[in-house]
Order: sequence, then C-alpha cells, then structure tokens
Amino acid sequence: MTRSQALLGWIDERFPLTKLWKEHLAEYYAPKNFNFWYYFGSLALLVLVLQIVTGIFLTMNYKPDAAQAFGSVEYIMRDVPGGWIIRYMHSTGASMFFVVVYLHMFRALLYGSHRKPRELIWVLGVLIYLCLMAEAFFGYLLPWGQMSYWGAQVIVNLFGAVPIIGEDLAVWIRGDYVVSDATLNRFFAFHVIAIPLVLLGLVVAHIIALHETGSNNPDGIEIKKTKDANGRPLDGIPFHPYYTVKDMVGVVVFLAVFSFIIFFAPEMGGYFLEYNNFVPADPLKTPTHIAPVWYFTPFYAMLRAVPAMFGSQFPGVVVMGAAVVILFFLPWLDRSPVKSIRYRGAVYKAALALFVVSFVVLGWLGVKPTDFLGKTGGMDTAVILARLFTAVYFLFFLLMPWYSRIDRTRPEPKRLTH
Amino acid sequence: MAEGTVNKQRRYLLGAASAAGGVAAVATATPFFLSMFPSARARAAGAPVEVDISKVEPGMMIRAEWRSKPVWVLHRTPEMINSLSEMGARVADPQSDAPMQPDYAQNQYRSVKPEWLVLVGICTHLGCSPTDKLQTGPDSGMGEDWKGGFYCPCHGSKFDLAGRVFKDMPAPTNLEVPKYQFISETQLVIGDDGKGA
Amino acid sequence: MTRLLLLILLLPLGAHAASEAPLDRAPIETTDTASIQRGAQVFVNYCLNCHSAQYMRYNRLTDVGLTEQQIENNLMFAASKVGDTMTVALPAKTAAQWFGVAPPDLTVIARSRGADWLYSYLRGFYRDDARTIGWNNTVFPNVGMPHVLWELQGQQVLEVTEHEGAHGKERVQTLELAQPGTMSPTEYDRLVADLVNYLVYMGEPARAQRMQMGYGVLLGLAVLFVLVYLLKKEYWKDIH
Repeated sequence: MTRSQALLGWIDERFPLTKLWKEHLAEYYAPKNFNFWYYFGSLALLVLVLQIVTGIFLTMNYKPDAAQAFGSVEYIMRDVPGGWIIRYMHSTGASMFFVVVYLHMFRALLYGSHRKPRELIWVLGVLIYLCLMAEAFFGYLLPWGQMSYWGAQVIVNLFGAVPIIGEDLAVWIRGDYVVSDATLNRFFAFHVIAIPLVLLGLVVAHIIALHETGSNNPDGIEIKKTKDANGRPLDGIPFHPYYTVKDMVGVVVFLAVFSFIIFFAPEMGGYFLEYNNFVPADPLKTPTHIAPVWYFTPFYAMLRAVPAMFGSQFPGVVVMGAAVVILFFLPWLDRSPVKSIRYRGAVYKAALALFVVSFVVLGWLGVKPTDFLGKTGGMDTAVILARLFTAVYFLFFLLMPWYSRIDRTRPEPKRLTH
Repeated sequence: MAEGTVNKQRRYLLGAASAAGGVAAVATATPFFLSMFPSARARAAGAPVEVDISKVEPGMMIRAEWRSKPVWVLHRTPEMINSLSEMGARVADPQSDAPMQPDYAQNQYRSVKPEWLVLVGICTHLGCSPTDKLQTGPDSGMGEDWKGGFYCPCHGSKFDLAGRVFKDMPAPTNLEVPKYQFISETQLVIGDDGKGA
Repeated sequence: MTRLLLLILLLPLGAHAASEAPLDRAPIETTDTASIQRGAQVFVNYCLNCHSAQYMRYNRLTDVGLTEQQIENNLMFAASKVGDTMTVALPAKTAAQWFGVAPPDLTVIARSRGADWLYSYLRGFYRDDARTIGWNNTVFPNVGMPHVLWELQGQQVLEVTEHEGAHGKERVQTLELAQPGTMSPTEYDRLVADLVNYLVYMGEPARAQRMQMGYGVLLGLAVLFVLVYLLKKEYWKDIH
C-alpha cells in the first residue's frame, strides 16, 4: 500500500471521500446518448462558480453607499489592477447565467426531464431560477446608475400594487420612501450573502436529487430498466471520465463565447450593460425609456400587457407572478405517455414551438417602449401583441393536460437509440 | 471498458490538455491576484511628496504626510548634532546596523546631510507616533541628562535626535528613515531617492 | 475578421439613447493615440473648467503615449499631483445656479451618450436669441450649456425648410454658418472628432488593452479546444 492509498484510507474511515467520488462521478451511470442540450447543466454550475469568485473580488473594492457606489464601480474599472476584467466577467456572467439556464430549462421541455420520477429535480430547479431572478434584481441596483435606480424603483413599486398592505410593504422593502442608501445597503446584503447561500443549498439539493433518480436522456426512457449482471445500466456510462471530458469541450466553447463578449463586446450593444446605467442615479430625473435587463423582459412585457383594473396595477403583477409560479406545476400538467419530443406527436411539437416564439417575442416587446409599433384600432400594436403572446404563454401550460393526452405519440424504444 | 485501453495516445493527450488547462487556470487567476495589489488611487496617494524646507529654522521640526504616515523633518542645530556622538553608549544600535534606513543614511547622523533629519514618525514597537522632546535637561520633563529626542507615550520607548532607540526599551529597532533626496537647497522629496523604486 | 464578427453581432442591437435629430457618424479611430492626445488638450482647455472627470487620473494618459512630465507641463493647471483625478474647482451648487443644472461629470459620458451623439451635439449649436444663454442645440434642444467652442466654430443659425416627402410635409432642419470662426469647418470638425475620441478613450481607458488581450485569450482557448476535443474523441472510442 502506498502512502497516498494509506492517507486515502485514513480519510475514508472518517469522511466518505471515495464513496462520494464513486457515487457522483466514477460510478454514476449516465445515459450514453447525451447531445448538445446536455451541456448546459454543467455550464450553469461553472457560471455559478465564476459569479461567486468574481463577486468576492468585487466586494473587496465596491462600496454599498449611495454616495460612493457609482464611483467605486468606476474605481474598479480604472484604478484596481485587473479590476475591469473581473467586473466584465461578473456583468457578462449575469446575462450568461440566464442564457444557460433558459437553455437548460428548454432541454427539460424537449425531453421531458421534469416528468416522473424527476418532479422534485424540476421543482428545485424552478426554485433556483427564482433565486437567480432575485439575485439578478438585487445585484442590478448595486452599480447605482440610472437604470439600476429606476429599475429598482419600478419593481419595488409593483409590491405597492398589492391591495391594502401594498404601500407599507413597498416602504418596508426599501427602508425609505424612495429607493435610497438604505435600500442599496440591504440589497447588497441580500445579493452578496443571503441569496447566494440559498442558491448554493438549492444547487446541491438539485444535484443530489438528480443523482438519486439518474439522468434523463434524449430518448426519455429509463436506462435503469435494463441492467447487466453487475447491476449496471447497459446504456449507462460512468460520468467520469466520459462526461467529464465531454463537458470540458462544452466548457471551452462556452469560455470562448464568454471571452469574446468580455473582450470585444462587454456592453453587448446595451443589453448586458445598459447605456443609461453609465449615468449616476438621479432620484429627480427618470430616463425617458426604462426597460429591465433582457432576461426579465418577457415577464415585464406581460406586466405591461395587463391593463390596470379598479385603478390598480395589481392584476398585472399577479399575471407576472403567475407566469413564474406556473412553472412549478409543469410535471403534473403533462399527461403524455412519452417523455421525449422524439416520440411525441405534432400537437406537442407545435405547442412547444408556439411557447418558445411567445417567450422570445415577449422578451423583445419588453425591451421596447409600448408605442414602438404604432397603433392598431386605437391601441398600441405592441400591447396587443403582448396580450396575444401572454395568452399563448399561459395556454401552453393550462391546456397541456388536454393536448398532451390527445397527441398521437409513437412507442418509446426499449433501449437508447443512436 | 476503460481498463486495458489506457494507451500512450490517451496519456499524451491527457497530459497536454491538463497542461494547457493549467495555463488557462493560471491566466484566469492572474487578474484576481493582481487586483489585490495597491490600486492607482493607493499608488497616487503613496506617491513621493515634496516638502519645502526653506522656512524650517535650526531647532525646528515639521511634519509631512507620506503614504498616510507622519514624516518628521528636523533641522538639527550644531549642539544637537554634537550630542549624537555622546549618545553612542546609551542607544541600542549606535551604528545603525539594523536595516531601518537606506544605505546612504547609515551613518551616525542617520541622514544625508547632518543638519537635516528625516524620519518616519512611527514607533517600531507597536506603531504609535512618538512625541518630540527637543528640549534638553529638566525642561524637557525627561530627566536631567536628556539631550533631546523622541518619546513614545504608548509604552515609553525613547529615541535620540537621530531616531536611535535607547537600550532596554520596548521598541526593538531604531526609527525608520524613508527614502528621500534633496532636489534643491530648499526642496526635499520624501519617498523617492532617484535610485528607482 | 473580428471586426466583421463584431459588426454582425452588434448590427441588430439597439442604438444609444434615442434622440430626434439624426446623428452624424463620428469619424474617429480609437487606436489613433495622436488624435486622443490632441483631444485631451482640447478637453482640459475647454471642458475641464466646468465639467469634471472625477474618475480619470491625469497619469492614466501615459496609456496614449504621454510621459508624466508632458502631462504635468501641458495638461495640468489646477491639480497638484500627476496621480490626481480631473476635478474642477467650481462647486456643483454654484454651477447649478449658473447653468440651471450642474454640468455632468464627463468621465463616462461617451459610454452613456455614444460617440456619434457627442460628435453631432458639439457641432449642433446655433444662435437662438429667445434663450437667455443665446444658444440652442439641434441634438439637445434647450440645453443649459452655452457654446463654449463658438470662437473656433463661428456662429451657426438654424434654417427650417418644409417640403413634400414620402410621408407628406417634412420639416428639414439645416444649420448654416452665419459668421465664420477662427477655424474652417473642416478644422473644427477635426477638433471635435479629436475631443470625442478622447472622451471615448476616457470612458474606458482599458479598452485598447482589453481588445489586445482578447486576441490572446481566444487564441489560447482555440488551442485548448483542439486538445480537449481530441481527448474527448480518444475516450469516447470506448463507447459503442
């Protein structure tokens, strides 16, 4: 026995290191037919690590103080050695997190990864997505530019639309009558410690749950049903080394895209870093057009699509909230006998396509002012479109129990196909 | 599956990819590592300072600020300079052997010019700033045989008029002499001696 | 190649803060350090009296090929140390009384406004006796800032003509040079372009370094990709 083996033995008697290694990597059997869509889980983990590390280094120089916040970001961009790289990594990472997570979620819709027995993985995933939205929202106030300030002002005021307690609730969230230094300071606390802690816990739970049920695959069948004499799935391969080396390819390609943005287009045409956010927050002057950062715009478009009722914005807020909450129910709304889109019929394919189109169009509408398409029949065309696609978004979920059942599916294979 | 097929090619590739990955990791870590060095602001604040000494009469001392530390500039009188040789037996490191000064100030005056003393006014014990006791004898409140010097109020360390610490004091070494140079008869630069960083 | 990619990537994306008047393209080359140096001179002579650039350090200009000695001799009037930032003595409150609004800090103005806006704005001043300051601007109507560079440019007046266009009557605004200044229009445009080039540089001094590093990083990742891809191929030979 070599020394390192002895050391490992000593550790294993006290901490299940080898056991963890085997359970989660070397003897975790993953289906061998993962395709392009299966890169985004590991990439999301990579971006999470990047955000945490860059975030830690940013806090070393950032000042959560209304009088100094804007200046401290410029200080990082100019005076701190390497500071601009760290800041661009963090700002680009925020957007890329959502890119990766949206693609990861879309994968679930494609191959039925949310279906039984993986409902909890999906629910945990939606919770992660919620945390991510909170994290992005709190973080966006910190540079203390005009968009930071007015974005926070608008979103916090949404809580003010809640009947009866709304106004007090908004004041409680802000800790002041407008977004102010107190708001900035508490958002900082949420952004750098509270939400990240929850996020990390949820990510661990997400992965533990995944490794309990095993990964789904593009065929949407359970590889655990066909095992060899040793109890290993015939269509499974050890995650390490096969998927570790494969994911490395995905990581390098992702890093190339990521680096391209950081080094050549860090503002991404005003979508990753908004132009107006280079103007310090001014509580007395609202920019002419405020839009949230692109990853929130589908929900923002829904908010604007719903007219005020009884003199209150509350219905819009409810619709926006429902658009996220409805995701939780997805595993139970889907009644199809098959999981993967490969064996589903035209109805689900069409529904999914419509859903994607509605999400993208809503996202695009959310970026623009409501009057940018002119008027149709006395109403803003953009608002009409937003209402239409909001309806499509919700119908995708609400009609799913019906259309997923009547869809003409093909029989699933017994073994993975290539 | 994997057993037995671990061939040369695989090892070679694994080595190359790991090496390249290592380089990438180091490259990524670089900005984070660099970010912890003093920023442009800190460097600007720590830049050399010019001090005008034309109005400092013999026997007078002024305080300058360099890198947020007090720097004393004392114009020593001939009596003060003479007292230094008498102090040889009472100070711990009369020849300034400990590297608390640039080479050009390693002499009994601990200075470039005997009449000009430049010191970082921070006690080498625990970082208090000593007070100047430039008077001699009982007037100083430091005892009959006091020849002038500095006294640290925190733990009682005493220094002579060249910043040399007395024997058996809490402070372990003499006071620090910063880098400095005279750019004219009346102009002193602290923090830069024209000999590079 | 990269420039082409960038262009494709950015083309469909949004424009800077929308404004009514069509903007002229700023004829600047961000790698032209001589132009940035000239722009810095214009900036400290004409802008830095009222506008600060409080995040920009004078000695940062060593980026564009100036020595600290040159910076101290030619560009610094009020500041005492070359490591200081470009602040102004004019207190914001007093300035607000004079101009109605406090002149904004210009450190990152190019990042919020964009080069084209700045270029058009600085060439868009015209005489307007209806206003107390005597000046107006086509790009920024009723701006609080007087035309600081008028002696160089001369005085422009606004001509509004109406004619039939595709969508009925169209109003066309044109600026005429009523009284020439000490510079010819070409010289003045060049001066403004230099100034804008400087403002763009000041908005993100690390920009040149950023692009330069980018090529290295992408090259390194390309090498890494080849190795990792071959490694993946090698391992996946096992899988049938």
